[in-house]
Amino acid sequence: MTAARSAVGDAGGTSKPVIVFSAERRRRAQAAERVFGWIVRLAAAAAILSIVLIFVFVTREALPLLWQTPGAGHEGDAVTWSNLVGPTQYPDRPSRYVWQPVSMIAKYNLAPLVTGTLKTTLVAILLAAPLAILAAILTSEFAPRWVSQIVKPTIELLAGIPSVVLGFFALMVLATWLQDLLGVRYRLNALTAGVGLGLAVIPIIYTVAEDALAAVPRSYREASYALGANRWETALRIVVPAALPGIFAGVALGFGRAVGETMIVLMASGNAALTSWSITDSVRTLSATIAAELGEVVFGGPHYRVLFLLGVLLFVFTFAVNLAGELTVRRLKRTLGGRS
Amino acid sequence: MSMTYTAKVAPAALALLTSLLLAPTRVHAQNVTVKGSDTMVLLGQKWAEVYMQKNSGAKIQVTGGGSGTGIAALTNGTTDIAESSRPMKPQEVTATEGRDGGKVKEQPVALDALSIYVGKSNPLEEISLPQLRKIYTGAIGNWKEVGGADAPINLYSRENNSGTYVFFKEHVLQNDDFDSSAQTLPGTAAVVNAVAKDANGIGYGGIAFAEGVKRLKVKKDDLAPAVEGTLENAQSGRYGLSRELYFYFFPGKNGTADQFAAWTISPEGQKVVEDVGYYPLPKAK
Repeated sequence: MTAARSAVGDAGGTSKPVIVFSAERRRRAQAAERVFGWIVRLAAAAAILSIVLIFVFVTREALPLLWQTPGAGHEGDAVTWSNLVGPTQYPDRPSRYVWQPVSMIAKYNLAPLVTGTLKTTLVAILLAAPLAILAAILTSEFAPRWVSQIVKPTIELLAGIPSVVLGFFALMVLATWLQDLLGVRYRLNALTAGVGLGLAVIPIIYTVAEDALAAVPRSYREASYALGANRWETALRIVVPAALPGIFAGVALGFGRAVGETMIVLMASGNAALTSWSITDSVRTLSATIAAELGEVVFGGPHYRVLFLLGVLLFVFTFAVNLAGELTVRRLKRTLGGRS
Repeated sequence: MSMTYTAKVAPAALALLTSLLLAPTRVHAQNVTVKGSDTMVLLGQKWAEVYMQKNSGAKIQVTGGGSGTGIAALTNGTTDIAESSRPMKPQEVTATEGRDGGKVKEQPVALDALSIYVGKSNPLEEISLPQLRKIYTGAIGNWKEVGGADAPINLYSRENNSGTYVFFKEHVLQNDDFDSSAQTLPGTAAVVNAVAKDANGIGYGGIAFAEGVKRLKVKKDDLAPAVEGTLENAQSGRYGLSRELYFYFFPGKNGTADQFAAWTISPEGQKVVEDVGYYPLPKAK
């Protein structure tokens, strides 16, 4: 403790009395430092290892689908590529993409679930990203101090609301509002779930974007003012571009959250596995399907494995989004030269 | 110095940790867990409440999750009794064999008249099973085709871990698929709530839940008389959608569970069935 303080004093170049330690104390300090170094490394390794292990476990449960052949008398349970991707043919009605895993002939089509996830996620991002980014620009560039001091914690508080509460709100209140407003047929639909999801995503994008804007060096703004730019021009043409990598990272994080969020969509989307492009149709998402069905499935059966396949899809999906986000951020940083 | 201290403490800590981890898996004979059908969760909880008042030593926990969930839990040994609103499938019975629990016992505990709910403002009073089948498979999409107003039909269904879902699929859809537009909701209460809020909605579920919605009379086929889901009609089988509700358990594995299961079909237990809103088993049984 004293050693550290004196070291800081030395580095600062102030005229504090220099304390000379015995060799014994220095040796002990070095040993402690090595131990802490290892602890930190171990913690980092554990975090990475756990992610790798989760991925390995989820994939291992899903993979046998590829070579598994159904036992005698279980032909109806077979999971094939055409079953996962192709439409189901019916004798008495038009063929369509069907997710009905509990059935005489189980149908595991992924199309309704993937389109459902995309629909709710897009609604959420299209709603949340503009709102959150504008709010971040407002609080960091324009609003008086006292306004920012109210707005910022309030939005961040939104992140602390449990998603089940947001889901409940979307289910009971939002659904009725939106149906009265738009006169749509289904009370619970992709739009309702997407708006509910948006509420969960706003604070994520806002917090990251706000930090990015605040991290733009003051000298940038001063240089801009010195060149005759007003506040708007400075904010929109200097500060925002410089903070763009951070803002983009916020949107990517929000996207990942929206794809994986379960409770809100489970409660507010209606969970009908429809394949359509209308956002006022009811939808069933990947995450909600896993949550609703995994409790019941036969351990190691085809339905169980398909649910793990959905897990792999979700994992790969969010990983790809985060990776793309990270790469874009790096490129932007290089071209913009901003320090966020 | 610290090394020797660690060496002394580690085995003790390890022993403590193992004992902590192992402790909850030891089953106390007085504790009974009941898990399964969401249709039956109210009934199960009421039974447990009354039974525990009479037998202060017994501790019974009742949770829902769906019949499939309960049966899976029974097979995996994480519950003593599975509540189910449908009979166990042959594969499920096979899955329980070879476990240490012995042979699984099926015990009907109550009767239910599966109800068809519509909104209170819906003019319709009765519906036939073939009509229901067409509605839920998507062949009929407008109320006027079954004698109602000119409005689209919004389908409400249950998650596929539900025994009610399976019962409806087998007995009404005759194992055909639900239309993709059917919204799946967790629990009969959620279905009733959704239908109450949707004037064009239709849903199905246990008879004890019909609050704020209208129950339709059911015709076995288009020419048959419309029958209300009353006690007499459910017991006689005249009502087309009456069904038994079951307990599944391994006799002899947990004495308290056996006593509890036997008590539910005693006159006292059957009285609770009526209080909750389901129908008691026929006396002859």
